[in-house]
Amino acid sequence: MATTTANMDLKPLSLQRRLMDSLMTGAAALAVVLVLLPLGAIFAYLVYKGIGSLNWAFLTQTPKPVGEAGGGMANAIAGSVLILGIASLIGVPMGIGAGIYLAEYGRNRLGNLIRFTADVLNGVPSIIVGIVAYGLVVLRQGHFSALAGGAALALMMIPTITRTTEEMLLLVPLGVREAAYGLGVSRWRTTLSITLRTATSGVITGIMLAFARIAGETAPLLFTAFGNQYWNWNMNQPTAALPLQIFTYAISPFDEWHRQAWAGALILIILIVVSVSAVRLAASRGMLKGAN
Amino acid sequence: MRTRFQQGLDDLRQRLLRMGGLAEQAVDRACQAYIERDLARCHMVLEGESQINAAERDIDEQAFDLLAMQQPMAVDLRFILAVTKINSDLERVGDQAVNIAERVMDMADLPKVDLPVDIPRMAAAVSAMVRRSLESFIEGKAELAQAVLEMDNVVDRMRDEAFISLVKAMNERPEVTRQALDSLLVARNLERVADHATNIAEDVIFWVRGADVRHNAPQEPATVQEIRETH
Amino acid sequence: MGVGIQVEQLNAWFGKTQALKNINIKMAANHATAVIGPSGCGKSTFVRCLNRMHETIPEARAEGKVEIGDLNIYNGTPAVQVRRRIGMVFQKPNPFPTMSIYDNVAAGLKLNGFHDRKRLDEIVEKSLLAAALWDEVKDTAKKKSGASLSGGQQQRLCIARALAVEPQVLLMDEPCSALDPISTGKIEELIFQLKERFTIVIVTHNMQQASRVAEFTGFFLLGSLIEFDKTEKIFTNPSDKRTEDYITGRFG
Repeated sequence: MATTTANMDLKPLSLQRRLMDSLMTGAAALAVVLVLLPLGAIFAYLVYKGIGSLNWAFLTQTPKPVGEAGGGMANAIAGSVLILGIASLIGVPMGIGAGIYLAEYGRNRLGNLIRFTADVLNGVPSIIVGIVAYGLVVLRQGHFSALAGGAALALMMIPTITRTTEEMLLLVPLGVREAAYGLGVSRWRTTLSITLRTATSGVITGIMLAFARIAGETAPLLFTAFGNQYWNWNMNQPTAALPLQIFTYAISPFDEWHRQAWAGALILIILIVVSVSAVRLAASRGMLKGAN
Repeated sequence: MRTRFQQGLDDLRQRLLRMGGLAEQAVDRACQAYIERDLARCHMVLEGESQINAAERDIDEQAFDLLAMQQPMAVDLRFILAVTKINSDLERVGDQAVNIAERVMDMADLPKVDLPVDIPRMAAAVSAMVRRSLESFIEGKAELAQAVLEMDNVVDRMRDEAFISLVKAMNERPEVTRQALDSLLVARNLERVADHATNIAEDVIFWVRGADVRHNAPQEPATVQEIRETH
Repeated sequence: MGVGIQVEQLNAWFGKTQALKNINIKMAANHATAVIGPSGCGKSTFVRCLNRMHETIPEARAEGKVEIGDLNIYNGTPAVQVRRRIGMVFQKPNPFPTMSIYDNVAAGLKLNGFHDRKRLDEIVEKSLLAAALWDEVKDTAKKKSGASLSGGQQQRLCIARALAVEPQVLLMDEPCSALDPISTGKIEELIFQLKERFTIVIVTHNMQQASRVAEFTGFFLLGSLIEFDKTEKIFTNPSDKRTEDYITGRFG
């Protein structure tokens, strides 16, 4: 058998190739920097502008009337927690449920329809989601409420959670499912106890992504939670929220409020970073069992 | 599929046939030497022995190699095992031819006498058995091999008759004792060659039918060859 | 103790394509039966019909009679129940990745509602012993994840998991294909010991393995069972020419 042998002399790479190599590596590094730069800049700017107004009073007091110095956004922080909590309680189970359906049973036209709907919902502007929630909840109830705010945010969470859950579940190898079937485990039990459990860390990531997105949403809360100058833990009452408060203060004509808005923005960013990091830490420590 | 393996099997087959040719030729030469009292032929037989021994080593080595490296199964496995056994029998046939040649050389110094034994007829029968057993191997036909098994009885009877008549001759005419003994030994050598031919035939049947018919064991009806032939 | 398996007129389809045609076979209790044949001959499909796993594939169905012991598994019994009597080990080791070794072995029991702690400990130990894995993992069984073991160990873990529910029959679909020779050897040794308690059906494309491990062998081709006999007969003097051509490597 005749073979044509390529010239396999091991010459060192030509200058041109080495140059191109360095150029491309450099370009990639530059791209990373360009992406991180705005993030870093935002953070640095927020710190610069907000750190001055950040003090204990800010974190524990409610807003003071206009003209008076001092006061804080404690109620807004608490309100955000309440509203995000409600949103998660509604959005996470629904999103995971839909994701499970799509992954395990949705290889058909209905499944495709659901997927399409989720993608569309994902793209709906947040203000419109807020208006929908206004129509569905606020008008029914006759008043603004944290529940309405939570519902609006839930609507925004669901598509992301659904799609990531579906994708993570599909990543679980067929062999794992078959092992469970082979042991005589029923299909639903397999899905919940085995497949979902295997995909846990991926699903958590999806939830975190959705959470981080809605944590800072302002528009949906404008006509639903509405805002509140005082403490409120009743979910059927208008409630303050950090993004809302920042918005209100930022467009006001008062310098004092502007300063507090900066501080509020800083707090918001810190809260988001802390919560996402906490979940990441817990996941990596294996506290949330997931596939390696 | 498995062309190298098939080539190996074909090669093995050819070598065995070549060796069979050498062994057959040695027996024929030795018998001719006896009939014509030809010393030149005897020497040819003696010289030919080393070739037969070398061929035996060669074939065993190749068969071993195929077994180790190719994991043969079923009919291929039986074939290789049969080849190793036939190999050994052919080498013994060569040895017997040498023994006959040595007897002839011994008798060359002695005066020719008339003996009541028909060595040429026995030699012809034995030669035919050897040829037929090798043919059954070439053709892979169990019926040909079966025929060889039946001829063995004939040759055994010939040897027994030779024994009786030669012993009688030795008693009646003591002066021919040495020639008689030599003839008796040649008869025995020929009978041994016939036994080896029988063994070869049994090995062919084992290969073709997967049935072990040695020492008169019962035969199995299953035959792959027969299925092959009906297609 | 193992039970015999009797298959009558088994047919199986993937949608419109027929994968198994009128399979009739009787497999002896407490023996190992090997199923061999070229790719696509239906051997995996056949074995998966024995524990009704075949029907988990969309558009797949099977008809016929399969008696595991005295139960015809196609007589209307829920598939899930059928599979609890029959253990299966797959080609690629598939321990549950989120569970420890202990939990993996106990999975079959726990997921079906059995929670007696003390008994579970005993059963897990017994199963790991039977799978020749106990010595290697006894100290770390509750801490180490099932997926952290080597390939051969993972497969033995899957065997232990299958044994823990005390099936009557153990089905093995090319269990050693993904393993190195030493692990393969260990598992073959294991099969010898397991035969005393279970009936084993093993699919293999490695004929030497079939001849080492199984007393009986069935040769499948294009969805039909061509020949079924004692392993030594199949490998020294098969009755059907197609069988012989396959095992001597003349095709497939």
